[in-house]
Amino acid sequence: MENKIRVLIAKPGLDGHDKGAKIVALALRDAGFEVIYTGLHQTLEQIIAIATQEAVDVIGLSIMSGAHLPICRKLLAMMIKKGLPDIRLVVGGVIPFQDIPALKQMGVAAVFPGGTSFEDINSGMKALFEKER
Amino acid sequence: MPDRSDFIKKILAGDPGAGARMIRLIEADDPQAFGLLRALYPHSGKAFIIGITGAPGAGKSTIINGLITQFRKQNFKVGVIAVDPTSPFSGGAILGDRLRMQTHATDENVFIRSMASRGRAGGLSRATRDAALVLDAMGHHILLIETVGAGQAEFEISYLAHSIGIVVVPGSCDGIQAVKAGILETGDIFIVNKGDMGDADVSAHQLSMVIEMGKARKTGWNPRVIKTHALEGLGLAELAAAFLAHRDFLGTDPDPDKTRKERETLYFNCLVRELAMKKLGAFMETDPAYPEIINQLLAREIDPFTAAEQVFKKIQRKMTHGK
Amino acid sequence: MGVAKYIKDERGQIKEVTYQSGIKIKPSYGPEDLERAGFSYEKDLGAPGEYPFTRSLHPQSYRSRAWTTRQYTGFGTPEETNERFKLMIANGQNGLNVAFDLPTQMGYDSDHPLAQGEVGRVGMAIDSLKDFETAFAGIPLDRIGSGLTINAVATIMMAMYQAVAEKFGYSKDQISVTPQNDILKEMIGRGAWIYPVEHGVRLVGDSIAYAVKELPKSNPVSICGYHIRESGATPAQEIAYAFEIAKAYIDNVTARGIAPEAFVGRFSFNFNVYGNMWEQIAKFRAARKLWAKMLKNEYGVTDKKNLFLRGLFGGGGSGLTKEQPENNIMRGAYYALGAALSGAQTTALCSFDEAYTIPTPRSALLSLRTLELLMDEVGMRDTVDPLAGSYFVETLTLEMEEKILEEMQAVQSLGGMVACISNGLIQRKISRQAYEFEKGLQAGVYKKVGLSSALTDKISGKEPDQTNVELHAHNEKWAETSCANLKELRATRDGQAVANSLAALEKAAKGSDNVMPYLVNCCHAYATVGEMAGVFRQVFGEWNEPEFY
Repeated sequence: MENKIRVLIAKPGLDGHDKGAKIVALALRDAGFEVIYTGLHQTLEQIIAIATQEAVDVIGLSIMSGAHLPICRKLLAMMIKKGLPDIRLVVGGVIPFQDIPALKQMGVAAVFPGGTSFEDINSGMKALFEKER
Repeated sequence: MPDRSDFIKKILAGDPGAGARMIRLIEADDPQAFGLLRALYPHSGKAFIIGITGAPGAGKSTIINGLITQFRKQNFKVGVIAVDPTSPFSGGAILGDRLRMQTHATDENVFIRSMASRGRAGGLSRATRDAALVLDAMGHHILLIETVGAGQAEFEISYLAHSIGIVVVPGSCDGIQAVKAGILETGDIFIVNKGDMGDADVSAHQLSMVIEMGKARKTGWNPRVIKTHALEGLGLAELAAAFLAHRDFLGTDPDPDKTRKERETLYFNCLVRELAMKKLGAFMETDPAYPEIINQLLAREIDPFTAAEQVFKKIQRKMTHGK
Repeated sequence: MGVAKYIKDERGQIKEVTYQSGIKIKPSYGPEDLERAGFSYEKDLGAPGEYPFTRSLHPQSYRSRAWTTRQYTGFGTPEETNERFKLMIANGQNGLNVAFDLPTQMGYDSDHPLAQGEVGRVGMAIDSLKDFETAFAGIPLDRIGSGLTINAVATIMMAMYQAVAEKFGYSKDQISVTPQNDILKEMIGRGAWIYPVEHGVRLVGDSIAYAVKELPKSNPVSICGYHIRESGATPAQEIAYAFEIAKAYIDNVTARGIAPEAFVGRFSFNFNVYGNMWEQIAKFRAARKLWAKMLKNEYGVTDKKNLFLRGLFGGGGSGLTKEQPENNIMRGAYYALGAALSGAQTTALCSFDEAYTIPTPRSALLSLRTLELLMDEVGMRDTVDPLAGSYFVETLTLEMEEKILEEMQAVQSLGGMVACISNGLIQRKISRQAYEFEKGLQAGVYKKVGLSSALTDKISGKEPDQTNVELHAHNEKWAETSCANLKELRATRDGQAVANSLAALEKAAKGSDNVMPYLVNCCHAYATVGEMAGVFRQVFGEWNEPEFY
């Protein structure tokens, strides 16, 4: 069996707009990824627990509420604390262009703001793993 | 990979991260997996394994969610493997069974692993039973395995589970059909879910009758029919109790080795077959004469039966005399 | 989604047009089309203001009154919201449309861990009656009605609105409150649900039954096809699913022995307006007719006013693009034109920067001016239903009616809306459609101006056009203020009264008593939103959403 890339698509916080998360999950499946979806209203603790049990390669957060900077900062710290430093964190949703450098700086591996094409998301995700293989 | 003995120690101590990484190695067919499984094996064999099968939409995940709650009340450590189908077109999958089990995500004594079937028919993934061994070695008392539920031919679960629950939706007919089609042999508990749909009683009654008629059980266990409404949390305490009763029954079975022998034989046969296929496959694909034989077949210069025998003899020679 | 499918030949001429609802469009229409569809003036149209109301609810429509507009307001603290309310009333607005922040919508107090970073962000933060007292201070609640954009805890907010009115000396029969209160659409699209489906529907039923008896001027539910469409439904599904949702609520209330005639007149709807303009116009005309017919034939409703499809037709959020945001100003204007041509009573328009941020005052004003322009300058008030009798529009309206009925039957054949949402069939269908549509957009099968050129820019290596929009700032102070207020409240209120009122609420929730009067008591005792919603969480549990793929 080949080693598929496993992705956790997660909706942190209280925002309930999940169309983006769902269609990206479908697009990733159709690009050959194994996708786990958390469902809505997740705490960061839940996201960490699921990522651990599922041994995913990537956590993809979908954030529409504007709280992407504090959420990512906190999650990255938790990932290190919980022994998951190898998992890549990527973010999509309503992300203003001016925030992308700050996200990258803190350790977010890739940012896919709303409107990024499926093709760009797929190739961006695969590129995260090509470097080391 | 961290230090090997340290890794095994962590798995045996129930560390979820280590257990999860081990299952990744199994799924990826990593060369280290076989040896690691060998080391874990002596620590397995303690968990009670429950298989939950039934058509898509019957409510398997919701039932498992409820069973987790019930078993947690009795302080069991619970492991779950939920298998979803892999897309035959892309090779990808969406693994969504755990959506229904989300309330247990942060319970340290619950470990839920989603798994893609990766082209395997029969309701499980190839890695499922070895993953179950890992969860067993991690110290989970009860394992719940959810099959794909794509058809009626999900016999694989019976090679793995000690107890099998078949979920049936009243009025859908497929439950009764499945029973007639022979799954009766594999079911230990029949779960008539969504008990508010009126004809649940009828279905439960019909099921009991069919079971009564077909008392073809190898053991003395009388399959039970339990009505649930899993979304409402109804009937789940009874269901959990029924599974535990079955476990106790197996413990007191005057001839427990009969079923055990059957299961172990099937498991072992599978393992040998897989190993053989892997090794044989390597010979087949590297044989330079292979494309030539295919051409001859296409030109009908040789019949496939003779050709197959010739190829196999060649492989046999190679295997016995080395390369 | 937003556009129809066009198949062109090699010379670029259009060969085939298919609307999202699945209707094929001919190059031209004539009397034979109406004949084939069995069109009859009396049966299908009738005079404006007459059954089945295809043309309009009122005989004079915009001549008697231009459409009313609703601006979505509310942010930060109750103090700030109150200032904004007063300003809007001073500018002649006669109704408020209140937005709540996510913790309030989800039944959490501002100091709950899950509320972190969200307090006051997308609306005002409400923790207890104290906050309503601040937000509605000095507002004449007997003259000004309020729409509350809240669903899972709509019962709590309705009760709190009654409590604040009583506190200010108004009686409950003087006030007019319209909570959104459509939990089923939250489960399909907007995601602000808490309790399992049946319990969610029971709460909606409780609020309707209560309003029938106690709040004669209030409209207890506003059903939102809008969000269902935003999630990926076709225009026909938008109407069909909204009507099936309405039926689920009607059935819940009639099961309590209340006749539909007593309450359906208080239902209102919220529908979307983006996409192909003709399809939208046909959708609204068909919807008015179908709703009236359904109530009359299936529920025996006879009073003319109870047959009206009231509501807000507008918005259009998903039609907007993030690329070249200024194009959205023009786009919005055409959406509004479609709404006007289909006789929308009430409307609103998404702001052009909506794809980025909460609308800024500048962009909100542009939307308002667009709407004024259509009424006062372009001529939309001249005559009622100007498209009536058009071969194309009438044929399309009939075809749309048929499509909506098909979609409704599909839901019924699967056991009705509650079943379809519980098992995820609707969510699955819609997310699949949304995905297919997005793929089509990216592949150029569907066209959106600006988006398509942005893709071209990318291919040719040109820098995409990234117009900068101002972003709405979030203020961390809001959370501090709310949490401090909560702390003080908990220390100063009568703890025993709170505990008693919550215990009574729990008993009602466990049994079959209407929870509304108990909630009013809780509000008067200054129980918090989190405490009241927590009682329901404990009694009802929380919903586990089904798979969507």
